[in-house]
Amino acid sequence: MACGGGQVKMTTAPKDFRFGSFVGSIVWLLFWIIVIVSLVGLPLIFIILFYIPLPYSNGEVITPYLFLSMIVDPTRTIPIIKFLIHTDFFRAAVFPGFMYAALIAAATIFVERKFLAKMQLRIGPLYAGKIEGIFQLMADGLKLMSKEIIAPSGADKPIFWTTPILFVATAAALTALIPVAPGWVVSDLDVGLLAIFAILGFFPLIALLFSWSCNSKYPFIGGLRALHQMIAFEIPFILSALSIVLLSASLNLTDIVEAQYAFWFFAIAPISAFVFYISSLAELERVPFDLPEAESEIVAGWLTETSGMIYGLIQLGTYLKLYVLAALFVILFMGGWMGPQIFPQELIPAFTGEKIYNATVVNGIFWFTIKTFGMIMLILLPRGINPRIRIDILLHTGWYKLIVLSFINMFIVLAMIYGGVITPGGLQ
Amino acid sequence: MTNKYSESLDSKFKETTNLGLEVVKEASEDRLMKLSVGPQHPGSGHFRFTIKVDGDYIVYCDPDPGYVHRGEEKMCEYRNYIQNIPHLERPVIHDSTNITYSYSLAVEELLGIEVPRRGQFIRAIASELNRQVYTLYWLAIYGIFLGHSTMFMWPTGDRELFIDLLAALTGARVTHAFNIPGGVRNDIPEGFKEKCLEYIKYFEKRLKEYEDIFYNNPLFRQRTENVGILPKQDAIDLGVTGSVLRASGIPHDVRKVEPYDVYNEIDFKVQYMKTCDSFARAYVPFLDMRESCNITRQLLEKMPESGEVRVKLQSNPKGRIGEAYKRVESGRGALSYYIVSDGSSKPYRVKISVGSFRNILALPHLLVGSRLGDMPSIYWALNYWPVEADR
Repeated sequence: MACGGGQVKMTTAPKDFRFGSFVGSIVWLLFWIIVIVSLVGLPLIFIILFYIPLPYSNGEVITPYLFLSMIVDPTRTIPIIKFLIHTDFFRAAVFPGFMYAALIAAATIFVERKFLAKMQLRIGPLYAGKIEGIFQLMADGLKLMSKEIIAPSGADKPIFWTTPILFVATAAALTALIPVAPGWVVSDLDVGLLAIFAILGFFPLIALLFSWSCNSKYPFIGGLRALHQMIAFEIPFILSALSIVLLSASLNLTDIVEAQYAFWFFAIAPISAFVFYISSLAELERVPFDLPEAESEIVAGWLTETSGMIYGLIQLGTYLKLYVLAALFVILFMGGWMGPQIFPQELIPAFTGEKIYNATVVNGIFWFTIKTFGMIMLILLPRGINPRIRIDILLHTGWYKLIVLSFINMFIVLAMIYGGVITPGGLQ
Repeated sequence: MTNKYSESLDSKFKETTNLGLEVVKEASEDRLMKLSVGPQHPGSGHFRFTIKVDGDYIVYCDPDPGYVHRGEEKMCEYRNYIQNIPHLERPVIHDSTNITYSYSLAVEELLGIEVPRRGQFIRAIASELNRQVYTLYWLAIYGIFLGHSTMFMWPTGDRELFIDLLAALTGARVTHAFNIPGGVRNDIPEGFKEKCLEYIKYFEKRLKEYEDIFYNNPLFRQRTENVGILPKQDAIDLGVTGSVLRASGIPHDVRKVEPYDVYNEIDFKVQYMKTCDSFARAYVPFLDMRESCNITRQLLEKMPESGEVRVKLQSNPKGRIGEAYKRVESGRGALSYYIVSDGSSKPYRVKISVGSFRNILALPHLLVGSRLGDMPSIYWALNYWPVEADR
């Protein structure tokens, strides 16, 4: 074990490690688990089962014993799963709500790092998770969770602590409005598009509140920049979506997708699509519009005082927002879930004897995910090729050029509708 | 109309009708926010400058160097002429051949020796390669300062080419201690010429790509063109040097104006631009890199095939009583040494005049009246290396 030469034995076990005491500690742990479960856990479960009326599914009461019986007969799970995936909770929490969006966000972060690395002639994350560093995000997340959160001494503590949570909650609220496949949307509002813009309007407020509550100079400047930028790009953002509303004669996102059964609206409103793309870059504070986080000017902008999981939450919110805006672009301009049917209509596994999936829905989810991911890549692309722009150029772009461009496309659409080339809702 | 901030403006600035300068003239103390940029700021380096902003405009700037002062000049007085070499290259390790180049030239004049011809060529080759290393590093930081992450990664990667060459030549990747009074430390290794020519050929291809992705990028041009104008006369008055001077329309290059060693045998152009703005200051070093490839190629061709590379000195050499002043063109401009000898084996006084310190004098003149967003593009285009300025 000398320092020079000989093999140094690498071990993670403590010095006074004894196998006997290790086994003993596990036995003691099991003993206490059994004691606590049998004395506290089981009585609690019985009390709950006694008082709470359990839901029915397929003529059976859903009890913990039913889940036990599924181990013996796996086909019994199918009606339960069918029941569960039609609950509102599943839709909001898993699909097409938060978890689906969070998975896409996680994939986005990984793809962004590898994609950018390839562009910049480097390798990117490599070690975590053996295969090309796919667990890098988990490692980063664990690191962020284990870090201390430091609040500046003069900070307005309640706002400092709540705004990051508010940021994620607002971003997650947006995911509820995105229709992923026919019938698969958490809340199918008649004013879905308007609701999305209403919720997006909260973000500059949150950024400003957070930056102001930090009681620090650089976050304050960053927050003001975020406010200026988001307000300047809000108007072209909404105006560019307005020509789609004219085309589809609806604010409901599902209707907008279904109006594109013949052709994508991108064919008629390419200028609007361009304006929408540029504005969503600005809304997301991505390069070249990352002024609120410009590190060589104002350290990290409005994120300067964030640390640990506060930073993690804001990043999660940002990537959820990225997913939502990419999905919105797909819904408005690229026909949402519309695409050629590639999944077989009739797929009946032997052990069930019935159809296990709705081919239209699965096909819709497939095309929607593919298109959204393509759009996300397009939003990531400028980070590799562009420098940051200056605030005066940015405001000039937002207030003059983009508004004019979106109006031009709106007039084209109006002329086509009045000329009788197309009617609201599709080709004549 | 007049306040203490407008006094800092030059007389010719007062006539212009720039919105930023109007803000400076009407700045009042209760509207200003004081920001400390550095030393704990990602956009400063080992350096600090305090600025005051009125909204988005900078109305006051106070550079405050000195965080990495090492007393190099005093240290020289306690070591003999040879011992001084390794510590003298510490102020700017990315350009370590050039900072020891003019020292060696001055000491050679004091000792009264002449470097063999092959040694002179090897010196010049090492100097050109090291200039590339420095300029690529500078360009990488300029890229990331403007938020262009690809422009940070590419030059940092291509810098390895020249570091490889210098490692083959000198044995060290960054701090070479290669120039010594009397020549260079060792001869070039076998196969160096072919390797060097191959690398330069590849690098010239890469320079075209740099131009496409960075210098011809409309967003980069928007950010740097007509920003931080340093007129020709102001550049002369402020005494800036190197690429900053050449970007203001003055074709001044020490290699051309006072050729040292073998530079009078090399055919090259002094690269300069007349637009005087931040873009010119960013573009001139790039043109220099291209010219430097050309120079290196010529040096490799004209170098004698064999011969001595250094004069054998006696141990602990003593200089004649007197003084010597020599300057070379470094990556940041004229870099000169003034050495006074009292006849002993140690210098009596060494004065280092560096390009960085002369260029930073222009910073307050350029920043006042410009936007906060222009700060990184103006500051780093001054070709400033904080450690070198502090010495």
